Parts: sequence; C-alpha cells; structure tokens
Amino acid sequence: MSKEKKGVRLDHISKIYQDPKTGKDFYAVKNTSLTIEPGSFVTLLGPSGCGKTTTLRMIAGFESPDEGEIYLGDQAINALTPNKRDTAMVFQSYALLPHYNVFDNVAYGLKLRKVPKEEIKERVMKILDLVELSGMEGRMTNQLSGGQQQRVALARALVIEPSVLLFDEPLSNLDAKLRVSMRTEIRRIQQEVGITAIYVTHDQSEAMALSDNIIIMNQGVVAQMGSPQDIYYHPNSEFVADFIGEANFLRGTLDRMDGDHAILKVEGHATRVPAKEGMTAGAEYTVVLRPESAVLKDEGGLPCQVTLSCFMGSYQNYHVQVGGALVKLTDYNPKNKRIYQVGEQCSLVFDPESVHIL
Amino acid sequence: MAKSQSAALDRKKLMADPIMVGTIVVLITFLTLFILYPLAILLVDSCYGGNGFTLATFQKVLAMPTFRTAIGNTLKVGFLVGILSTVVGLLFAYVEVYVKMWKIVGGLFKVVSMLPVVSPPFVLSLSMIMLFGKAGIITRQWLGIYDNSVYGFWGIVIVQTLTFFPVCYMMLKGLLKNIDPSLEEAARDMGASRWTVFATVTFPLLLPGLGNAFLVTFIESIADFANPMIIGGSYDTLATTIYLQITGAYDKQGAAAMAVVLLCITLGMFIVQKYYLEAKTAATLTGKASRGRMLIADRSVTIPLTLLCSLATIFVIMMYLCVPIGALFPTWGYKFRPLTFKWFGQVFSRYHGLQAFRDSFVLSLIASPITALLSMIISYLVVKRKFKSKGFIEAVSMLAMAVPGTVLGVGYIRGFSGGVFHTGFLQGIYGSAAILIIVFVVRSLPTGTRSGISALRQIDKSIEESAYDMGADSFKVFMTVTLPLIKDSFLSGLVTAFVRSITAISAIILLVTPSVYLITVQINEFAEKGAYSIACAFATILILITYGSVLLMNLFIKYFGTSRKLKPEKVKKAKIKRINIQVVKEG
Repeated sequence: MSKEKKGVRLDHISKIYQDPKTGKDFYAVKNTSLTIEPGSFVTLLGPSGCGKTTTLRMIAGFESPDEGEIYLGDQAINALTPNKRDTAMVFQSYALLPHYNVFDNVAYGLKLRKVPKEEIKERVMKILDLVELSGMEGRMTNQLSGGQQQRVALARALVIEPSVLLFDEPLSNLDAKLRVSMRTEIRRIQQEVGITAIYVTHDQSEAMALSDNIIIMNQGVVAQMGSPQDIYYHPNSEFVADFIGEANFLRGTLDRMDGDHAILKVEGHATRVPAKEGMTAGAEYTVVLRPESAVLKDEGGLPCQVTLSCFMGSYQNYHVQVGGALVKLTDYNPKNKRIYQVGEQCSLVFDPESVHIL
Repeated sequence: MAKSQSAALDRKKLMADPIMVGTIVVLITFLTLFILYPLAILLVDSCYGGNGFTLATFQKVLAMPTFRTAIGNTLKVGFLVGILSTVVGLLFAYVEVYVKMWKIVGGLFKVVSMLPVVSPPFVLSLSMIMLFGKAGIITRQWLGIYDNSVYGFWGIVIVQTLTFFPVCYMMLKGLLKNIDPSLEEAARDMGASRWTVFATVTFPLLLPGLGNAFLVTFIESIADFANPMIIGGSYDTLATTIYLQITGAYDKQGAAAMAVVLLCITLGMFIVQKYYLEAKTAATLTGKASRGRMLIADRSVTIPLTLLCSLATIFVIMMYLCVPIGALFPTWGYKFRPLTFKWFGQVFSRYHGLQAFRDSFVLSLIASPITALLSMIISYLVVKRKFKSKGFIEAVSMLAMAVPGTVLGVGYIRGFSGGVFHTGFLQGIYGSAAILIIVFVVRSLPTGTRSGISALRQIDKSIEESAYDMGADSFKVFMTVTLPLIKDSFLSGLVTAFVRSITAISAIILLVTPSVYLITVQINEFAEKGAYSIACAFATILILITYGSVLLMNLFIKYFGTSRKLKPEKVKKAKIKRINIQVVKEG
C-alpha cells in the first residue's frame, strides 16, 4: 500500500455514560492516554464492560469523547463524523449489506469515493484475492459461511485503504476452529498490507496470537500495556496476571535480600525469587506462579497436599494445597511421569526465574 | 462529570450533515404545524375569550345535557366494545394458536382479519341496517318482525365489536405465539388440568396484553365517527355531537371545547396504554417460543371452539357480502329480482361517481407516497440516530395516533380557516385539496411509523454503521442501505396509507368543500338519507379498489420485495447464530 501509515493517539480520553437503572453517570472510559505506533497491531483486551469497545467506537467516530482529544497521525479528529475519518471497521456481526452481493459489498466504499469503474473492479478483485475469496464475487452474502462473511467484511474495510483498521471482536461469532484459522489469516493480511490495526477482544489467546502490543483495560482505565510476553511474564497487578493466562498467587513476607533476588517466607518456607525495585523487609508481597512453571516432586520445595488430580490428555491437572493457598498446576506430557493421587503429600518445586513479584 | 464535550461534538457532527439537519427541520415544522398546532389552537380557542382566560366555554358545553349524555354514551359504548372485542379476539387468537383446526377455518380467520382493513369504516353499519333493520332481510323477510330497531346503543356496540375485534385478534395472536410452550407443559406436568393451566399460567401472562388490547379498542371506539353516525340514530356519541355542533349549530368554539374533552379522554388512555401496558406486556412476554406447541387435538375442545369461531366468522363475512349484494337488488327490502346494475349506473350517471372516485383516488395517491416516505424517515431517525429533538419527533408522531379524526378536523377548522393564528398565513390551504392531503398524511403517519420502527429494529445497527464508516453520509446511508432493507415495510406502508386515506371520513367530512367529491363522504350522505342501494354501490366499488391495491402490493412485494432475496436458501449455522445474537442485542 502506497499510502503513508498513520498512528493513533488518545490524549486523556474519557467517556461518560448514564446507568440506565440508577440514572447515575459513570465513566465508561476514564482519562485514557494511548499511543499506537504506525503499522503496529494493537489489541484492546479486557472483560466485558471494561471500555474497550467504547474506546474503539470513539476512534471510529460513532461515540464522542467527553474529555480529551483523539489524533489520527497529527490530525485531531474529535469533530469528524465516521464517514470523514480515515478508518475502516470490521464489525462483530460482520454488518455486510444483505441486499448486495460480495462484489458490491466490497465496492461500496470505492463507489462512494467516486473511483472510476475500471479501477474499482481491479481493486476489488485484488483484495478478494488477498482474502482468498476469488470467484465468490457474485454470491449473495447469505450464501456464505461465517468465515467467508468475515473475509468479505475484512476485504471491504481493506479496499478503501484506510490509515487505520479497526476490529470489533470480529471472530466471536465463529466456531472455535474457524476462529483460530481466521486469526492467523488476519495477522498474515495485516503484515502483508502493513496497516495500523486496533483490535478489540475479550479472548486472551486471540490477543496473544495477533498483537505486537496488548492493552489490557479494566473498569474504564488501562491496566497494562506491553508486548504479549511482557504482559504474561511481568503482569503489574493481580487483575492482569489473572486475566492473561491462569495464575496462582502466593503471599509471602520479605525476609531479606540476596543480591538481585529476594528471600520470601511463603507459608513458613524460605523461597528465593527475583526481586523487584524498592522492596522492604517485613512487608507482604504477592508472587505470581503460572500453572505450567511448577512441578510436583517428592521433596525439595514447598510442602503441599494434592486435592485434585485429573488426566486431561496433553497434561495432568493438579490442585494442591500449599498451607492456606490453593495452587493449580498443569504438568504437560504426563506419560511415564509419576502421577500424584489425591491426598498425597508432596512438594511444589519451581524455577525461581519463572515467577514474578507483583 | 460533565457530558458537555460529547454533546458539543455530537452537535458539530450533526451540523456537518446539512441534508440530515434540513430533514429534521422540515419534519419538526410539519409535525408542529399540522399536529401540535391544531390541537393547541383548540385549547387556546376554548379557554380564551374576548377578555383573556376563561373557562366559560367549557362550563357552557358541560352544562349542555346533550353533551353530558354524549360523554356517558361514548364511555359506555367504548367500555363494552373494548371488553367484547378483547374477549372475541382472545377466543379467535386462542383457537388459532392452541387448537388443532381444519385448514379452511384458518383461511376464514385470515379473511376476517383482512376485511376491516380494506373496507370503509361504516360498511358493517350499512349491512347491519340492511339485514336487521326495519326493512332488514333477516328481521322482516325471514322472521317477520316489522319494528326491529337496530339504531342506538346495541347497534353501535355490535357493529363496532365486529369491526374492531380483528385488531385484538391480531395483537393477542402475536402475544400467544410468544408464550413459551414449556411453561404450560411444566404446569401440566405438575398435574394441572387444561383449564387450570389457562387460568393460572396463560391468562396471567397475557393479562397486560389483554389490558392493552382493551384500551386500544376502547380508544378506537371512542374515536369512531362513521358507525355512530349511521347506526347511532338519536344515540349521540362525542364524535357525532362535535360534528353536529359544527354542521348543525355552527358553534365552532363550543365544538372546540368538546373536542378538547374528547382529546383528553383518548390521550389519557393512550398514555396508559403506550407507556404502562405496552412496557408491561413486553416485560412479561419477552421470550420467543423455544419450539412448536403441542396443539390441542381433544375433540371435546376442538369441535365446539372451531364451530363457534367458524360461525362467527361466517356471520362477519356474510355482513360484508351483504354490501355488494345489496347494491344488486332493485329495491332493498321489497324487490329482490331481477338483479340489476342500475345502482352502479346511477352512481356514475347521477351522483358524480366518476368525480368522487377520481378525487378520492388522486388525493389518496398523492398522500400515500408522502406518508410512506415520511414515516420511514421518522422511523430511521428514531431508531438509528441520536439527536436532541428525536424525542419530540417520536412523541408527536405517536401522539397523532391518539387524536380522533373529529378532533383533528375541528382543530384544522379553527387553526387554518383564518390562517395560522388567524393571521391569514397559510389560509389558502383551507378548503383546498391540499389540506385534505395533509389530513390523509397525518392520519396515516402513526401506523406507518410504527411498522417502520419495528422493521428497523430488526436490522442490526452495525449494518448502517458499517456503511457510514465506509464513507457514506446520512442521506446515502438511508437511500442505499436503510430503504432497500425495509422495502417491504415501505411498500406496505404505501398501500396502508392509500387504503386508510381512501376510506377515511372522520376528519375529512369536516374539511371537505362542495367542490371536491370524496367517496366516503358520498357513502355517508346516502346512508344517512336512507339510500342504501346507492351507498352500497359506492362502497362496493371502494372495496374493490382497496382490495385490488392490496393484492397489487402483495404481488409487487413477492416479485420485487427484499424478503425473497434475503431469505437464506440454505439456513446455515453461522447465520442462525448471527440472528440469535441480533435478537439478544435488541433486548
């Protein structure tokens, strides 16, 4: 695409809604500032009601922010209507025009832009080729499968060569298998076109698979922003740790520092973990332990008791009681391993480098 | 928290769309000038005398015994008609939804629900008089009763019930279909008899809907002008009293005060119906039936119910058939043979038939596209857009539903005979064909808007948003997306407006001038004079026109409408899923 790529910047954006039941105003999005680099794929991830869709709709222009300014490139776009913004959105329900066939759906935006007929034809065909729908241009949209409809929606958004592509949970209406293949597809096309993309989802694996950067939102504010690895390994709060992947939380008090590691007392046992800045002795800290980063052994770690042991095929699922805390474990490739049964006393062992102090 | 910035931005975005702003301004002007203003002027006129505010006019009309009787009469008739129509409607709806019946009965039901739509409002009054009146075929020829009077209270009640119960039937059918059969099956499973199930499950679920149906027919009955006019005899209702106050007593101010009273009654009921009962109905019956219902096949239930309904249906159809047949008899009540077309001939040769049909036809034909387009625009604005005056537009266009035609007619007389606010502005439209067209539009607007709104609510909001997002402005979105998607609703709105206009009488009769002939006014005139054969001939041709246009519409929708093209040829999983999601979103 020959066009200059543009980033998106949100400058202290807030959106206020009225609660329909109580009639009280509340912040759907609160004082949010974001910078999305040109050409990057960014995901807004969060539970329902966290403000991610509202943020996206403000960028598209369907909602107007109550505070702050939105920039597309260097241009402030607050007062622009959606049809004047250089963005294109892929909707959750696909939102294809049911009275048009595939070709006319994709050509719709180009016709509005008064592109010459020959060029429309050429561009539509090229984009249909990109989304692998060549030969389908004569079909009515209701003759397509869900995945194909979503490709049409994507083609329609891409063909007008917008500066920014917006996705509003585009895969949530597809079945699980199709979802996985479509997200690889979306990522491939975005890379091929090199367009800036903002993607809203509540599915964390989708966010991981697609994004250069993930923005986790909760109750209208940004909880954390970073690369998928960053967020998975270094969550900054229990909310983020719990939302991305599964997390166990172990509480411990700082006994002493040991170089760049800290010795924490967890359930009465000294545990060595990588330290974070500004830790004080005697204070309580929470350690995030991912289910796959610990194993059960006969001895050598935190003593625990098995409360659930369940074979899941690719892994053995354990719940163990460590003092007052319940820890969930997934032990991959359980074949030929010693399987601990419910009620057994054993030991929870993990590599210090694989845990993270909040 | 201040929402000022988003409000300012939304305003700016709206202003960037001149066609949209223009449309809104035109709409608001139209609604204000032709719905709000005539009603307001009634209120002003009736309580503003030569020297300031006065309630003297109200006192005067309320002291008139005829008016006080009329209020009592109207409420009595309305109440009874409301109850009877609801009961009969419920019976029909229940039989259709719950009872296994022969196919032909279903066909009869369809005809009966269709007939009141395509026929002018007073057809049943005509046939009632012709069948059961002093010279009625049944009373006089068959039973030999010579002094049977159908005029008065019972005449009105029977005729209005027969006219309005199909409305209740259609409403309640929709509600019954929405009751999840598993609720009733659960009750049956726990040991309840069929009657107990009806009394403890179905009926309570339906109660707000019944209240709704009752009030809707109550309002219809109160607002009805044509039937009391023809069959009421000396039994006056509010609508006819107001008419006589103007045409007989030439007391326009008194009529204005009476109209205010009538409007207050219908408006009060309308508000209860619209904002209380409708919401409650929706709240109790939200779910769609999860699967088909086991129909009652028990012969001890099916035979009596089907028989009862079939007889009632046949009776109603016979009443309607009486009109065309009546037009063929040489002299009604005396001479039945040979059948003759002489009345039809006279319609055209002596009674300005051609002109009446031409005027009615042309005026309705002009009014219907305006109505259909306006109602689609209003529904689009109400359902899909947000802007400040949206509430006003929605409220006023729905308000028109609660305004009886007679009230509107008096309002137009008071409001436009001397120009707007008696300044002479727009005085030219008074007495012209233009004001008749405007009345047609205003009278049909609420029905069209309501059907447009429900059609648009079915459409996922993001379809229009996607077009908007692709770069289309509001006008483009409306023309290329909204209108094509609700083409069916638009077409049926077109025909409904046409049919309603060509059969309208209540407001029109007060505004029509001798230079314009309208069919309905002619029918009314001849029926009042007792020239039933001529009235029947007029009515028959009118029914043929309206029925023809409905048939034409159905054909048109079948071949050019959206539904056929949009119906999925193979229903696919994803599609079903998508529909479900849209339904959920509606909630």
